[in-house]
Amino acid sequence: MRRWLAILVAACCGLAYAQSEEVAKPDPVVEARLKALAEELRCLVCQNQTIADSNAPLAHDLRNEIREQVAQGKTDDQIREYMVARYGDFVLYRPPWKPVTLLLWIGPFALLALGAFIFMRMTRRRGPATEDESVPRRSRAEVETLLGKD
Amino acid sequence: MKLRYILPLAAFFLLAVFLAVGLTRDPREIPSPFIGKPAPAFRVAELHEPARMIAPEDMKGKVWMLNVWASWCVSCRVEHPVLLDFARKNAVPIVGLDYKDQREDGLQWLQKLGNPYVASAFDEDGKIGIDYGVYGVPETFVIDKQGIIRYKQIGPVTPEALEAKILPLLKSLGA
Repeated sequence: MRRWLAILVAACCGLAYAQSEEVAKPDPVVEARLKALAEELRCLVCQNQTIADSNAPLAHDLRNEIREQVAQGKTDDQIREYMVARYGDFVLYRPPWKPVTLLLWIGPFALLALGAFIFMRMTRRRGPATEDESVPRRSRAEVETLLGKD
Repeated sequence: MKLRYILPLAAFFLLAVFLAVGLTRDPREIPSPFIGKPAPAFRVAELHEPARMIAPEDMKGKVWMLNVWASWCVSCRVEHPVLLDFARKNAVPIVGLDYKDQREDGLQWLQKLGNPYVASAFDEDGKIGIDYGVYGVPETFVIDKQGIIRYKQIGPVTPEALEAKILPLLKSLGA
């Protein structure tokens, strides 16, 4: 039991060390900008994680690269351009508005409009809802008395 | 009236076709923005001779390949015999880029498994890798005589990829 505890403590220390290794003295301003940027950039190694979330070595390197560029006074757009130049639009979680991405941006709205159009046409063709005449009037009255209505 | 039944069926088939095409694609293969662009410059120490600096400009006028590898990379082992075989044919020079590696480990790896490279750039901190948009080692770039990147192989160079894509491309580039 004590040995397991020791292993656990050692593992935790390793983890803490690994995290503190990334920057010796994190500057809160830089870190805040890094976080905002990195949360919108895709990690290319584990593709469904952002660079902010990923533990992949490449994500670690890219975070440091962004830190450096923030410290150099680069704007967010310049940093995003830097990433796109290397990894393509795929790094952006928010795809840019271009001819190739038109379907991506407009598609869902076009489908919604199409659905609404079909729905309207189908309901209009059917006409206004009429009272159900399949039950004779007398038996309906009987049913209502049976149900205790007056 | 008939259209009412045909339309949903058509929509279904359209969706099925989209999904089927999606299945045949490898999501790990991201089209490189570098195709048709000049190979990013670097100037870095050679792996075997740290005093010697190597740069892509040195290869101007030649068709060449830049192969990103590392001693810690498992799939590089799969690729290695293919590269050795290719290097023996002397078709085009292969320059290695030892990515985020230890010099000792890299040297040992080449000594043990053989060295297909005319030279290996030693990218210790992975900066050159970032400049080339490397995200999954091994990766291989085919670079033409003007220094323009023409093709990028993501993952190991397989005999099939060599036959189907790389060799015809090299021929068309006048290698």
